[in-house]
Amino acid sequence: MSFVPNRAASRLPLSGYLICMAGICWRESLRFVNQRGRFLSALVRPLVWLFIFAAGFRSVLGVSIIPPYETYILYQVYVAPGLIAMIQLFNGLQSSLSMVYDREVGAMRILLVSPYPRWFLLLSKLVAGICVSLLQVYAFLAIAWFWEVEAPPIGYLTVLPALLLSGLMLGSMGLLMSSLFRQLENFASVMNFVIFPMFFTSSALYPLWKVQESSLPLWYVCQFNPFTYAVELIRFALYGQFEPFSALVVAGCSIVFLIGAIIAYDPSAGLMGRRGGPDAAK
Amino acid sequence: MPFAFDHCRITRKAPTRRAGNDPKEEKMTRRILLSAGLAALAGLLTVAETAPALAQARAFVSNERDHTVSVVDVDSLKLIETIKTGRRPRGITASPDGKLVYVCASDDNRVEVYDSKTYKLVKTLRSGPDPELFVLAPSGNPLYIANEDDSMVTAVNTENNELVAEIPVGVEPEGMGVSPDGRYLVNTSETTNMAHVIDTTTNEVIENVLVDSRPRYAQFNHDGTQLWVSSEVGGTVAVIDPKNGWKIIKKISFEIPGVNKDAIQPVGIRITKDGSTAFIALGPANHVAVVDTKTLEVKKYLLVGQRVWQLGFTPDEKQIFSTNGNSNDISVIDVASEKVLKSVPVGRLPWGVVIVP
Repeated sequence: MSFVPNRAASRLPLSGYLICMAGICWRESLRFVNQRGRFLSALVRPLVWLFIFAAGFRSVLGVSIIPPYETYILYQVYVAPGLIAMIQLFNGLQSSLSMVYDREVGAMRILLVSPYPRWFLLLSKLVAGICVSLLQVYAFLAIAWFWEVEAPPIGYLTVLPALLLSGLMLGSMGLLMSSLFRQLENFASVMNFVIFPMFFTSSALYPLWKVQESSLPLWYVCQFNPFTYAVELIRFALYGQFEPFSALVVAGCSIVFLIGAIIAYDPSAGLMGRRGGPDAAK
Repeated sequence: MPFAFDHCRITRKAPTRRAGNDPKEEKMTRRILLSAGLAALAGLLTVAETAPALAQARAFVSNERDHTVSVVDVDSLKLIETIKTGRRPRGITASPDGKLVYVCASDDNRVEVYDSKTYKLVKTLRSGPDPELFVLAPSGNPLYIANEDDSMVTAVNTENNELVAEIPVGVEPEGMGVSPDGRYLVNTSETTNMAHVIDTTTNEVIENVLVDSRPRYAQFNHDGTQLWVSSEVGGTVAVIDPKNGWKIIKKISFEIPGVNKDAIQPVGIRITKDGSTAFIALGPANHVAVVDTKTLEVKKYLLVGQRVWQLGFTPDEKQIFSTNGNSNDISVIDVASEKVLKSVPVGRLPWGVVIVP
C-alpha cells in the first residue's frame, strides 16, 4: 500500500511551498506598504544620516585609500554601505519582532495551522523580511545617487546577493531575539541594547584602521561584531567585488542564528514552549 | 577583449551541420575548427602579451623629494620605471613629438633631457639658477625657463644648449605659458603678483598684468583667445583676454563645502583642446575644480589626494592626471564623466606630470 505515503507527500507539493512563501511575503509587503510611517521612517532614517551627519564630515576621509575604493572618497560615499546595513538591521529586527506582536494578537496561531514545517514558515518569514528590506535599500540607493553616492552600474546588481545574505543574518538574529520576548516590549530597548551598539561598534561609520588608531579595545569589539562583516560584504559587493572572509562570517552567523531560531521556535524543544508561547497553552 | 569575441565567432561557426555528412567526418571537422580556434586565440593572446612593448602612453611624474621621475603606464596604471634624476626635480614637459622628456633639476641648476622610450639621460641643458618651471616653444625650441632666485627668464636652444636670451621679469618668477602660435610668452612672478607678457620676437616684456597674490601658473587655451593665470594665495584664477589689451575678463573664485577658504590655493591649470573645459588643481584643498570655459563658472569639484599641484592630459585627452604632493600619489580623472577613477602611488612629493604618446 504505497499510496498512503505518496498521497501524504502530494498534499505538500513544491508549488504549495512556494504559494505558502509567496503568501507570507505578500502579507509582510502589504503590512509594510500600509504602515506608511514605517516606510517613511525606514527611508528617512538613513537619509538623515547621509544628508546631515555625513555632510559635516564630508572631507574627513581624504587621507587614505582603502579597498574596495581605488581613489579618495567623500565621507558620504564611505558611509553609504553602513547605512544600507543599518536599514537591514532595523528592518530585520522590526520584522522579526513583529512575531511577538503576531503571537500576542493571535495571528501566529493562524500561521501555525499551516501544514508546512515550522522551519519553512520561519524561513518564509525571513525571506519576506529580506524582500521588504530590499525595497528600502534600493529606494535609499536611488536617492543617494543624486547625492553623489554613485557605485559602478554593475555594483547595483552585484550588491543583491550580498544584501540577501546580510538580510538573512540580521533577520535570523532578530528571529532568535524575538523568541526571547514574551510580550511586545518597547522597541526603544532593542534600539538601545542591540541596534545602536552593533551599528557604532562596526566599520559602518569609520574604517577599521581609524578605529584601531584611536582605540584598540574598540577595534577588537568591532572585529567580533558580525555587523562589521555585513557592512564590509555590502561595501565590496557594491563595487563589484567579493570579500570572501566577510561572506564566510556572515553566512556562518546566519546559519547559527537561524538554527538557534528554529530550535527556539520548536514547541517541543524551544524556548517558546517553556516560556509559555501559544503552543505552550495547547 | 576583442580576441575573446573573435574566438567565439570561430567556435560558433564550428557546429554548423550539413545534411548527409558522415558523423565521423563531422566530428573531425569540429576538432579541426576547434583547434584552429584555439590556435587563433593563442596567437591573439601572444599579440596581446607583446603589445605593451609597443608604444603606449606613459605618464612621467617628477618626485621633488625622491629626486626621481616615476613612469606610469597609462593603460594599466602601473608604475613601470623609476628614473633617478638630478636633485629636486619639479617642472617637467615633453618635446612636441613625445620622444624627449625635459626635467628641471632645481637644486642642480640644470635641465635634464631623457629619452621617453629608454628612460636614459640624453643630455643636460643650461638653465640659469634654481629653475622651477619651464615651457617649450610650440615648435620644440627654444625652452623658456623661470629662474626663481634670479628674477629672470632664460631662453635656451634645445639643440645646441646655447643661451638665446635672458629676460628680466618680476621677483620670484615661476609660472610659464606660451601662446599656441609661439608669439607670446607669459611669466608669472610670485612676489610681484604680475603676469609678464613677453614678445618672443624681441624677447622683451610688452605688458604686465596685475593679478591676485602669488601667481603660480599661466596657461593659454588652444586657440590663444584666453590666458588663464592662477593665484595661489589670492585663491583665484584670472582669465585674461590677449586680443583686447591683456585685460582680465573674470577672476574665478572657488568654494568647496567643508574646506577652509585659506586651503583653496589654485596652482596647475589645463584646458581641453576643444576649449570647453578647464581643470584647475587647488593645492591643499585636495580638489580639482572643473570649470566651464564659456560661462567661466565652476561646474564641479573632484576629490583627489593631498596638496594637488600640477595636471597633465593623456594624448587622447580622455583622462587627466593630477600630482598629489602630500599623499605621494597621482589621481586619474575621466574627462568625459568628470569623475576620479583611481589614485596610484608614485614617489615622494610628486610635483609635475607629462604624458607622452
